[in-house]
Amino acid sequence: MMQYKGWEGFVPGKWCDDEVDVRDFIQRNYTPYDGDAKFLAPATEATKKLWEIVCDLTKKEREAGGVLNADTKIVSTLTSHGAGYLDKDLEKIVGLQTDEPFKRSLQPFGGIRMSEGALNMYGYELDPDVKEIFTKYRKTHNEGVFDVYTPEMRAARSAHILTGLPDAYGRGRIVGDYRRVALYGVDYLIKKKEEDKLAMGGDMTPDKVRNREELADQVKALKALKEMAAIYGCDISKPAETAQEAIQALYFGYLAAVKDQNGAAMSIGRNTTFLDIYIERDLKKGLITEEQAQEFIDHFVMKLRIVKFMRTKEYNELFSGDPTWVTESIGGMGVDGRPLVTKTSFRVLHTLDNLGPAPEPNLTVLWSKRLPMAFKRYCAEISIRTSSIQYESDDLMRPEMGDDYCIACCVSCMRVGKDMQFFGARANLAKCLLYAINGGKDEIVKDKKTGKPMQVSPEFVAITSNDALDFNEVCAKFENMMTWLADLYVNTLNLIHYMHDKYSYEALELALHDTNVRRFFATGIAGLSCAADSLSAIKYAKVYPVRNEDGIVVDFRIEGDFPKYGNNDDRADELAVWVLKTFMKKVKSHYTYRDSVPTTSILTITSNVVYGKKTGNTPDGRKAGTPLAPGANPMHGRDSNGALASLESVAKLPYEYSRDGISNTFSITPASLGKED
Amino acid sequence: MTGRIHSFESFGTVDGPGIRFVAFLQGCPLRCQYCHNPDTWGAGGEEYDAQTVADKAMRYRNYFGDKGGVTVSGGEPLLQIDFVIELFKILKEQGMHTCVDTSGITFRPDDEKCVQKHEELLALTDLFLLDIKHIDDEACKKLTGHSNKNTLAFAKFLSERGKSMWIRQVLVPGITDNEESLHRTRAFIDSLKTVEKVEVLPYHTMGVVKYEKLGLAYPLEGVQAPSKERVLNAKRILKE
Repeated sequence: MMQYKGWEGFVPGKWCDDEVDVRDFIQRNYTPYDGDAKFLAPATEATKKLWEIVCDLTKKEREAGGVLNADTKIVSTLTSHGAGYLDKDLEKIVGLQTDEPFKRSLQPFGGIRMSEGALNMYGYELDPDVKEIFTKYRKTHNEGVFDVYTPEMRAARSAHILTGLPDAYGRGRIVGDYRRVALYGVDYLIKKKEEDKLAMGGDMTPDKVRNREELADQVKALKALKEMAAIYGCDISKPAETAQEAIQALYFGYLAAVKDQNGAAMSIGRNTTFLDIYIERDLKKGLITEEQAQEFIDHFVMKLRIVKFMRTKEYNELFSGDPTWVTESIGGMGVDGRPLVTKTSFRVLHTLDNLGPAPEPNLTVLWSKRLPMAFKRYCAEISIRTSSIQYESDDLMRPEMGDDYCIACCVSCMRVGKDMQFFGARANLAKCLLYAINGGKDEIVKDKKTGKPMQVSPEFVAITSNDALDFNEVCAKFENMMTWLADLYVNTLNLIHYMHDKYSYEALELALHDTNVRRFFATGIAGLSCAADSLSAIKYAKVYPVRNEDGIVVDFRIEGDFPKYGNNDDRADELAVWVLKTFMKKVKSHYTYRDSVPTTSILTITSNVVYGKKTGNTPDGRKAGTPLAPGANPMHGRDSNGALASLESVAKLPYEYSRDGISNTFSITPASLGKED
Repeated sequence: MTGRIHSFESFGTVDGPGIRFVAFLQGCPLRCQYCHNPDTWGAGGEEYDAQTVADKAMRYRNYFGDKGGVTVSGGEPLLQIDFVIELFKILKEQGMHTCVDTSGITFRPDDEKCVQKHEELLALTDLFLLDIKHIDDEACKKLTGHSNKNTLAFAKFLSERGKSMWIRQVLVPGITDNEESLHRTRAFIDSLKTVEKVEVLPYHTMGVVKYEKLGLAYPLEGVQAPSKERVLNAKRILKE
């Protein structure tokens, strides 16, 4: 006899033996599916009506200039708002961020200035009381960071050699294991956290005190989660008993996270195989039909599509739009060789047909050669029709991460509920190379007092000769400059995350993690291909510096041709590898906050445009202000040997040095994938 | 032995079956009015030896799957037939699928040595993509500057030797897109035994930019791409 009604019919195991182990539950209970998509059901009338409401609101929002409504007074917490609906009678999965759809919430814990600025930009006025509270009585993450920044950190930030730092907004990228809410119910989770807290005794070092306080906050957050569900008339204290309850409970977990945090990326995890177990159980019992199962999924996904945050226009410019990165990871292979593809993997992708294409949630297929052929075909069909699926290599990630990891944001992988990360934005290595040449003076930004080029790093010896740049000399200086930059970068992040933990701790999300969570220190690199091509130009062509009146090298005259990264040409590609490895080794040599594991990513998918604006002419012939390549892409137009050569160059970047992910943006027209007949 | 090469494509999906590595060889005797690669006509290109090209191609073998392989195209690759033979020898030793995209213009059925050379090539080639420029000899001369005799003879030669081929026809409004030519082409195709596929390639104007770059006048100024209906019509006539 199972302990809870919600567990009846499930194969027991470690997962229900006084443990929290969702993976074990999935492995024992899921039904792999290797069939095709014929079983799928179309959108119901209710779904169509609800989606019409969403489309109408979207149109109104666009007409209103990007924001339809915004809260100016009520600070968002799990329980701050009453229930909100699109149409209460039609919704099978309920819950909104505020009491009205498309009304953006007020989330000032990351920084009150960001909240106020965003409101002003869209014609709203922050409530004076809230402003007073968050300036006079309650410190924010943003204020904390700027209290402790060093002058050098401020300089690096304003010169944009360090960019997009999460010092004024929520760091995001933390993915709660929202499945736990459905599988265990909140009371069970509270009990486990209280046990953990009890076990944390002994000498009350500052670390331990912090851990105990965090656990206390986690328990409070879980209690608030229950209250939040109760506002919608739902009791999630016990394990979910039906598929609808499971989806609802899981969604409440996620909803609580987005009520609590306005994070740069608020991903949702890896849920389809888990939910499929509940749907299968109900289908077998004859409780629901396929139409109903699809309707639950459609309504759930619809909610994920309308997650919204209040952000400034600059923020949206940096991220090219208003992304929420509700990434859902689908498929992949189990370590036992069974595919983790279920009918619900199909159902979630099918929302792209039932509701039409959409960028959010960011449906991400964990691709393996061994996935069932019918599923691969279905993914391909949907991709061709909607261009709305992201793919990541499960074969590459599984050996390191096992078979229950998910993607945060676009490429960052973490084991669900076991890993979290400190998001670290990125260091601009193309600019770092220019600093190497100019001895740490910025090629664009001027010192406000002297009007001369801003000295950002300590004064390194610049290149003074006007002869063609010497490759060995430039490399040596570049390496020195990377040493400086890595040190500054890691320490900047150390204090940012200290303050985020202190003033904007993600209690709810971390309540849905193991207490002994593994932390990643997720640095990032921008401008990799630009730096590599620049080094290649210096090595294989002749590159002469061109100076301005201040003696700063602001341009380059290139004589001759040189191999370019992106053509599967080792001469250029090995330079990209060298830059990555060298920088990462330097990052690793430093203490990282809370003994987190240093990783890096190469994934500037959109912000490469903004970073390029702040980077001067580079030795590869790129003009000042023009975009850097996205992620690990070759520079635009320089790959002249076709797609595979370009991909092979990217594939040479060693994943073990870039565990947080390597992205390559690849657009292709269906016609260039071959002919139809 | 070296060959002159215009460029490489590592992800060729339109020149033969599957995913293919394509080497575009430099130089072509024809001056097709619709040619979208006039930069491959004359001298130039870069010299590569056969082994280097084979090595380049082999780097992509993981992508080739069951069907893919290597295609030589151009220009007219068989202007450098000795190079192609040497390249294919290396590739065949590695079990690669090989394909030649040609107009057949270099085949002279009365020249015994030339025929022998092409025999040698046939033994190393899995598939030919044979582009019939125009079925009417006079029209062909006007379109390409050359007679179609060699091309048609090469098609028969391939057919007699039992060698697989795909026939390609560029569909150009006012030139190849008329019922009479299409039906004559079809009749010719029907006389061949080893045609596995017929491809209708709709004329497009993407080559115009290259003419501008090279300072050449564009011969088909004002000619539009054929309509969908015309393309379907040509497919119907040539295939069904």
